[in-house]
Amino acid sequence: MIFRRDEYRYNYRIHHARKFTDKIRTAPKYRAYIKNIMPLSNHNVPADTMPQYATRKAEYFAGVRAELPLLLGLFPFGMVYGVLALAAGLPVWAIIFMSAIFLAGSGQLIFVQLFGVATPYSIIATTASIVNLRHLLYSASVAPYLDHLPRRWKMLLSFLLTDEAYAAAVPRFRDGPATPHRHWFLLGTGTTLWVGWFTSSITGILIGHAVPASWSLDFSVALTFIALLVMSLQRKSEIIAALAAAGAALMLQSLPYKLWILAAALIGIAVGVFCRRLEIRR
Amino acid sequence: MELLILILVCSGITFLLRYSFIAASKYLPKNPHFQDMLRFVPPTVLAALIAPEIFVQNSSFDFAPDNLRIWAAALAFLAAYFTRNVLATIATGMIALWCLQSFF
Repeated sequence: MIFRRDEYRYNYRIHHARKFTDKIRTAPKYRAYIKNIMPLSNHNVPADTMPQYATRKAEYFAGVRAELPLLLGLFPFGMVYGVLALAAGLPVWAIIFMSAIFLAGSGQLIFVQLFGVATPYSIIATTASIVNLRHLLYSASVAPYLDHLPRRWKMLLSFLLTDEAYAAAVPRFRDGPATPHRHWFLLGTGTTLWVGWFTSSITGILIGHAVPASWSLDFSVALTFIALLVMSLQRKSEIIAALAAAGAALMLQSLPYKLWILAAALIGIAVGVFCRRLEIRR
Repeated sequence: MELLILILVCSGITFLLRYSFIAASKYLPKNPHFQDMLRFVPPTVLAALIAPEIFVQNSSFDFAPDNLRIWAAALAFLAAYFTRNVLATIATGMIALWCLQSFF
């Protein structure tokens, strides 16, 4: 039941083996993870043996470990948010509460900037939501891996589906074995990010004003994304798609509400699918 | 009170955006082409988020070689490619940026 979709994909891949000739490159770190924690994937377990797969705890802490290095890049961003929010005149409870339940770095920054210049509340709500439209893509991307879960799991994991938690969990879903507890990996990355974001906002409120702007700590978020981007590139078509998205993001900068994020991503996906077609046909 | 409601509304909408496709996952197309399309989500969204961080300074484009972030980002790309390690990438990029800023 759980594996039906993956079996389907797997059979499709065998059937069209000649088409999928490109070498899939896995991060060495993740290869070690597969070797140590998941000695057997469900595809090569003989039918008469008990299936071996990682426990909930192993999956959860593998997720935590995948997320921890990303917090280094996220922490300065959370502090910047705390400082800007204080400067915009938000009460401390609102700053902390927003980090706890809004959980969206760029959305919160826009919120704070608009609040600081006394924008009407309806416009703040619209803008902060449109900035987060890219989460639709994340949702679509992980949905196939979560469709067997009960609703409470889906809601919890959706709540935790942030940029970094998503990007850290996708390689495990995509390249790892389809074991029953793999959603615990996403829970691990998500909760780790939640704790990191919460503490970094509070740190920003407390000591953020002491950090001078000349340290350029805001650059660390871009660096985190660079690391995630390079590790997510496995095929030539994905590299072309990323370049197209970057170019489109620069060209569409004039779009309001940061709509260029979603527009550029969609353009990149279209270019990528087109290149993939050519790649397969060749 | 109004502020509390505003925060709840923003959070609620963001949650619904994240929940949308996951809630409807049973109805998503099950063909491999759709799955292959979704493979492009992480690289394209990340690239779209990174490019302006590097090339846009104070809401204007800066493609000139004296934009130090271009060089720091290039070094970070190399570090990410060769080490495949997040910490090494962040460290390389930040140290490169600080060194460049102190020299130029």
